[in-house]
This record gives sequence, C-alpha cells and structure tokens, in this order.
Amino acid sequence: MGLRSYIATRVLLTIPMIMLLLTFVFLVVRVLPGDPVLLHFEKAASPETMELMRQRLGLDKPLLSQYFAYLAGLMQGDLGKSMQDFSPVGQQIFSAFPATLELAIYSTIIAVGVGIFLGVKSSQSYNSPQDHSIRIFGIVVYAIPIFFLGMIFQMIFGVFLHWLPTGGRIYPGMEPYGLNMGGQHISTGLYTIDSLLEGNVFKFVQTLRYIFLPSLTLGLVLCGVFIRLTRSNMLETLRLDFVTAARARGLRERTVLYGYAFRNALLPVLTMMGLQFAVLLGGAILTETTFSWPGLGRYLVDRINFRDYTAIQGDVVFFGLLVALVSLVVDVLYAYLDPRIRL
Amino acid sequence: METERGLRTRILPGLTALTSRGLAGWMVVIGLGMVLSIVTMTLIAPWISPHDPSALNVGPLRSPPNGEFPLGTNHLGQDMLSRVLCGGSIMLQVSVLSVLFCLIVGVPIGLISSYVGGALDKTFSLIMDSVYAFPGMVLAITISAMLGRGVVNMALSIAVVYIPSYFRIVRSHVLTIKELPYTVAARSIGAKGDTILFRYILPNVVPSIVSVATVNFADAILTAAGLTFVGLGVTKDIPDWGWDLTDGRTLLPSGAWWVITFPGVMIVLLALGFTLIGEGMSELLNPRLEQ
Repeated sequence: MGLRSYIATRVLLTIPMIMLLLTFVFLVVRVLPGDPVLLHFEKAASPETMELMRQRLGLDKPLLSQYFAYLAGLMQGDLGKSMQDFSPVGQQIFSAFPATLELAIYSTIIAVGVGIFLGVKSSQSYNSPQDHSIRIFGIVVYAIPIFFLGMIFQMIFGVFLHWLPTGGRIYPGMEPYGLNMGGQHISTGLYTIDSLLEGNVFKFVQTLRYIFLPSLTLGLVLCGVFIRLTRSNMLETLRLDFVTAARARGLRERTVLYGYAFRNALLPVLTMMGLQFAVLLGGAILTETTFSWPGLGRYLVDRINFRDYTAIQGDVVFFGLLVALVSLVVDVLYAYLDPRIRL
Repeated sequence: METERGLRTRILPGLTALTSRGLAGWMVVIGLGMVLSIVTMTLIAPWISPHDPSALNVGPLRSPPNGEFPLGTNHLGQDMLSRVLCGGSIMLQVSVLSVLFCLIVGVPIGLISSYVGGALDKTFSLIMDSVYAFPGMVLAITISAMLGRGVVNMALSIAVVYIPSYFRIVRSHVLTIKELPYTVAARSIGAKGDTILFRYILPNVVPSIVSVATVNFADAILTAAGLTFVGLGVTKDIPDWGWDLTDGRTLLPSGAWWVITFPGVMIVLLALGFTLIGEGMSELLNPRLEQ
C-alpha cells in the first residue's frame, strides 16, 4: 500500500470513531439520569424559567432533532451555547486552547527528555542498582496524583523558597502581544513564543518562570512510560549485531549508544507520544486546576462548578476531536518513517 | 495452632518462592505488604483513632504537628492523624467496586466478542477502541458530573474508562488461544462452544486479567482522587484523603504543609502498593520479558 492510500484508509477509519464519540457525548449529557436543566438550577427554579432555558438551548425538541441540530452545528464549528450566559462555547474554547497547547508542548519535552535520558542510563547498566532505582523512580512517579505533586512543588518553590510563582500564566497586565509588522498583527497565543516575537526578553523569562512548575509536574508524571519504553527498546537494540559490529570497530561507547542504538529505539517513542496524548490532556485538567492555568481543563472544571452542561459537552467534544486528530497525524507520520506499517 | 501451622507451611514457601525471583518478586511482596497494611489500618481505624475524624475544633486551628496532634490539625480544628487513619475507606470502596464493574462487563464482552468474531467483534472493537482513545480523565469527569455524587456513581464513571483495557487484553489472548492446537483438538473431539470458552480458553486468560486488574486498582485510586480534586468527590462529611488534599489546597499559601502532605502520601502509598504488585506480577507471568 502506498503512503497515499494508507492515509486515505486511516482517515476513513477515523470517521466512524468520531461519529461514535460525538454520539456518546451527546447521549451522556442527555440520557444519563439527571436532566441538565434540572441539574443546572439544582431544582430550585420555577418551571417557567426552566422551560425558557430549554427553549433557548433547544433542549425542548425531540431527541433525534436535537441530535441532528448538534451534528449540523459541529459541521459549522458551533460547539453550542453556554447555559450560564448563552455565549458561544466555541469562542471560549478557542481562547483557552493556546494555554493548554503551550503546557502540553513543554510537558512533552520534559517527559520525553527525562524519559529518554533515564531510559538510556537504565539500559546501559542493566540489572545494576542504578537500573533498579531508575525503574523504581518510574513506578513511583506513576503512583503520585498529579495535583499532589503540583502542590508539593508549589509549597517548596513558591511558598517556602519564593523562587517561582504558584499559579497563572503571567503577571496580570503583562501578557505578551506578539509582533506588529506593518499593520499586521502576528500572535500565536503561546506566551513564550509571543514574548520572543515581541523581542521582550524580560517577559520571556517571566513566562518561563510561570510555565516551569506546571510543565515539570505534568512532565514528571508522564515520563515513566518513556523511561520504560526507551529502556526495553535499548536493551533489545543493544543485543543486535550492528551494535556489536560498531563496538568491534572501536567506536566510543557514547557514539555506539546515541549514534547507533538510540536512533533505532527512537521510533516507538514517537508512537508512544501519540498514545500518551490522551493521558497528557487528562493530566492537563488536574495540572491546570492546581496551577490556576487558564486552559481547556480549567475551563471544564469551572463549567462543572457552574453546572453548565452544554459547555461541558462542547469542551469534551473538542477534547475528543483533538485526540482523534493527533492520533491520525502520529499514525501517518509513523507510516512515513517506517514503511513496514503500510503493508 | 492448626491454622498457624497451615499459615507457616503454605504462605512462607510462597513468600520464598516470590523473593527468590529477583526484583519482580520483591516488588510483589512489598506491594502486597503496603496494600494489606493500609486495608488493615482502614478496617481498625474507628478503634485506634485518637479523636472523631469528623469532629470540628478538636484542637487549635491549623496547628503544626505536635505531641498532642502528631500530624497537626486543619483549618477546621480537625485532628489530621484521625483523618489519615480513617480516610482510606472511600478510595478502597471506589477502587474495589470499579475493578469489579470492569471485570463483570469487560471480560465477558471480550471473551464472547473475540470467540464469535465477525460483525459482532468488529462493532465491539470499534466501540471499545473509541472509548480507549478518549482522554480517560475527561470521560470520567463528564460521566461523574452527570451521574452525581456517591461511591457507586464514582466507581461506575471510572469503570467506563477502564473497561476497554480489559476487553482488549482478553480479546488479544483469546484470538491467539483460539488457534492453538489444544483448542483445535478440543473442538475436533466435539466440545461445545461454551465448554471451549470457559474450560479451555478462560483459565489461560486469567493470569493476564489479574495483572491488568491489579494495575487498574492504582488507576482507579488516582482517578478517584482526581475526581474529588475537581469537586466531584463523594461527600465532605466522610473523612477521605482526596477531600483533605483538595481542601488543603486553600491552606497552601499559609504554608500548612502537614494538611496536604499526610493524606497525599497515603494515596501515593496505596497506589504504589497496587502498582508494585501489578508490575511485579506481569513480569513474573511473562518470563519472556526477563532476559
């Protein structure tokens, strides 16, 4: 199968999955015990108020026509209206998305970086105390609730040492505005990049100080998987003939490890990054709540506290689409890098 | 006397058999020890707690650990030691229930779907894969927000997230075992479908189910703690490590480290215990991975 037909098949397979997901979310919000409008008002509003709310949100219509209206809305990028102020949920999600994306990027860098480094170290000293302690480290970080680790960091580095801020993306009023070039405004919404575009090193350092603890927390919790994966792949690769051959030619151990063995152990790490993306988003919800990080996860938790079920639905749909898209991209990338997959 | 001898002859050789298997065996033993100690502690907590864990103003507000209150008090003047001793019950109930739900739903569906095959298998696989690909925490939060509070509801929303893991592991095993010579032989001597499924296939899938379930206990505990943290916990009235950790967040700026540290460490120990058992067991059960 050529790359093009592989991509076509993969895209076609994604469609039923997305449909299933959309239907599932729709049903969870409407069919599970508990009418969203009743829950929203905690049964404390007059029947007229609740009826009005149902009408404004279209929840009074039959289930099937609600379903088609929901799908038709999604086609046009409409994620529904908030129960609280009837504002479009999509807009709020798009403004919260860059914060989550930035957190996701930095945590992935930390998780993969720490994971690969420790994984290689572990495989290098197979069955030694160093190997065992790295494996135990991987298991322990897996067992720590993300928000507990976050709070410990906040306490040590924020409250006791006063080194780093404990919440938010940046000092209020200091948000970087990106680049203004000939009336054209360029801004990514990622504060670290925007502050560089602005050419403001002070702001850049500040944004790094704010993002450091949240991404370290999330990154450490996720790194265990990468440690284990790198370790087992390296152990397998190090036994192959070409590694022995490289050693026999008298190459330095570092060159053998990183130049020869490591490159072959890297491909599974890429797949794992795709698989871990869903876990990353789940962890981001808790990390964002811990660090008052204004992203998608914190938005979801906020909406839950306001019992804003239509906004919850929109946010969850967005999370689902994001995961589907990322896994599609990773699969295609993988097929491109490793032609055997396409067979 | 009789039972004691029974213990000595049965359990001790078992322990030696485990500890002689290197790191993996020790992981199982240590994990078992941690989990059993926490379960015992939770069971006898009502009798050993120095104070009523829910009583307010037992001591001064936000007192650091001292002689009278070894783990300090929180902002309501509750004794943290009593709360830590009693606080495991909800986590344990939720995790046991959710693993049970997963076993009851995930294993039979996996067995039947993969044994029957065809359109049924395709449909189930598609559904399970979609749920599996979805961010678990987001799913659990959504379902939990809709179902409302309560131990059973919390366990249900966690189970939905992890059922696909059971389904997938059972399915992949059955697909292999189905084609093995001994199963084919059973079929050729005229064994019925259910006999093959339950007497020939299931016993060989059980070890993997057990190791998935053990690691899953840890996942359930962490997810339950996460649900509590975003405000979907069971109730504030029952002492619970998750609640104490969530509540303690507001005390962070004042530097009251004891309010979050002790409940948090308990959750870590419990989750770590289960992870150690699960990791160790899956390594012992898959000798192929040992080099």
